[in-house]
Amino acid sequence: MTSAVLPNSVLANENAFASRRRNQLIIAGLIFAAVAALPRFVTDVYMQNVLILTLMFAALSQSWNILGGYCGQISLGHALYFGVGAYATTVLFVKYGVSPWFGMLAGGAMSAVLALALGWPCFRLKGHYFSIATIVIAEIGLLLVHNWDYLGGALGIQWPFGPDNWATLQFARDKIPYFYFALGLFIVTWLVTYFIEESRWGYWWRAVKDNPEAAASLGVTVFESKMAAAAISAFFTAIGGAFYAAFVAYIDPESVMAFRFSLLMALPAVLGGIGTLWGPAVGAAILIPITEITRSYAGGGGSGLDLIIYGTLIMVVALAKPEGILSIFRRSAKSENAS
Amino acid sequence: MSAEPILKVENVTRRFGGLVANSGVNVEVRQGEILGLIGPNGAGKSTLFNLIAGAFPPSEGKFIFEGKDITNLSAPRRCQLGIARTFQVPKSFDTMTVIENVIVGGFVRHPGAAAARRAALEVLDFAALSHRANSPASELTPPEKRRLEVARALATQPRLLLLDEVMTGLTPSEARLGVDLVKRVRDQGVTVVMVEHVMEIVMPLVDRAVVLDLGRVLAEGTPAEVVRDPRVITAYLGERHRAA
Ligand SMILES: Nc1ncnc2c1ncn2[C@@H]1O[C@H](COP(=O)(O)OP(=O)(O)OP(=O)(O)O)[C@@H](O)[C@H]1O
Ligand SMILES: [Mg+2]
Repeated sequence: MTSAVLPNSVLANENAFASRRRNQLIIAGLIFAAVAALPRFVTDVYMQNVLILTLMFAALSQSWNILGGYCGQISLGHALYFGVGAYATTVLFVKYGVSPWFGMLAGGAMSAVLALALGWPCFRLKGHYFSIATIVIAEIGLLLVHNWDYLGGALGIQWPFGPDNWATLQFARDKIPYFYFALGLFIVTWLVTYFIEESRWGYWWRAVKDNPEAAASLGVTVFESKMAAAAISAFFTAIGGAFYAAFVAYIDPESVMAFRFSLLMALPAVLGGIGTLWGPAVGAAILIPITEITRSYAGGGGSGLDLIIYGTLIMVVALAKPEGILSIFRRSAKSENAS
Repeated sequence: MSAEPILKVENVTRRFGGLVANSGVNVEVRQGEILGLIGPNGAGKSTLFNLIAGAFPPSEGKFIFEGKDITNLSAPRRCQLGIARTFQVPKSFDTMTVIENVIVGGFVRHPGAAAARRAALEVLDFAALSHRANSPASELTPPEKRRLEVARALATQPRLLLLDEVMTGLTPSEARLGVDLVKRVRDQGVTVVMVEHVMEIVMPLVDRAVVLDLGRVLAEGTPAEVVRDPRVITAYLGERHRAA
């Protein structure tokens, strides 16, 4: 298929594709800039808190989406990686005085290795069995940490009070720096997704999701593809966990490893559009404010109200728009392209 | 080199529980030829394709591809070496567009996405699917899906291409385009093995034919020899002709 002269259709298609990619980046830049300006208008501390959590879960769901959305391996145990990031950063900082920035990367690396170790047996399981295994493993992790004195057991670990600064990621007075950290993390995960989407792994993951047998016949190393997706996904999930630990300055097993977190990472992507670039952000922007506001009305955590809301939302999406909210817009974009 | 067969199937048997889908199959595929693999329903043709492509292992026997024993290699490894196949029931990647489907195959030869995309565009042009490049694969008509199967396999730049009933269900004019595509593929130096039921299509197209029946090789030879073979006529052609 080596033709000396490229047909015009080839060049036209390549150019159209390149400009579509460029436009995506420009639009993303504008959206990021608009979000970065939000703290100027949102001065209420409670609402700032909601914004920070929304951005954090957008970033987490974006990370989850790499494995669950693109590669089609639905993990409901990502709280495990979140917890590893939170605990690694906290223990290194509180017990050894290691910078949280380093702890964050260490936690990310540990999570990635853990994801590979768990992927080795789990990726031999299919569909629902894989998802069930992830739930069980995350629950085992939670139990282990509960009974692990070195990690503070059920009592957890308190971060020491210190002056506000970026070096230790501690900001007791003004929460806005956390907002920018969360936004930065979301932008990083978005960019990682954006670039991987148009790379060998990105295509191979989607092929593995759609039809592993056909993928293998086209040279896709299915198992390795899943492993790569799991490692990258776990790495960024742990960074999110590290951020959360610094943000709340106190962690215990339930507050970072509960099943609820696994759901909160999966649901935004499912709601917004699984395996899409903006799905997790759109889903998080809807889901997290609702969650936080109902939690404050229902009075603290522990009530099942938010779980009921997630369940209802998912059922509505599954029935009305199985491909997520973003698929509503995709239709109109396509008819534009056609004309 | 060209005297050496590109693929040797040596004594291959495949059992599914008590059912023997392939039984002591010996086939040699010659460099550069179009080989027809024919036989009645359930004869074991698709099973043989699956075994050659490495979808699952044989119970016994081995495969020699370009002088190398590939029996223990995985499907993706065999694809890297130059074996590509289509599926009898098309297995397109339905959340992806047509060109994205083809790009997946391109990555075996091109590590970068831009090169894989360009190669995919050229393959689509070659397979006369350019006009559908940006359509979701799920929206293709059945004949287009079969064509996509071929295009995707071609994107891996195979040395040996296994086509499983890619002409089934095509109108006569579509089938003519399909025949033309297969010929152009062969003219690029690709060896083709094709499973096809419609004798009017296969026989004029292939250089040789192998007939499978009940998992065994029943006959082998030029199309003219094969259609005259009385065993073939009773096992397959007769039944077909009665049905028609
Ligand atoms: N994965 C499998 N598990 C169990 N039995 C199988 C499997 N694949 C094929 N078979 C059986 O093996 C036999 C050969 O099937 P195969 O699909 O190879 O036939 P075929 O020659 O391709 O037939 P057709 O012309 O209908 O496509 C059939 O009896 C089929 O039911
Ligand atoms: Mg078959």
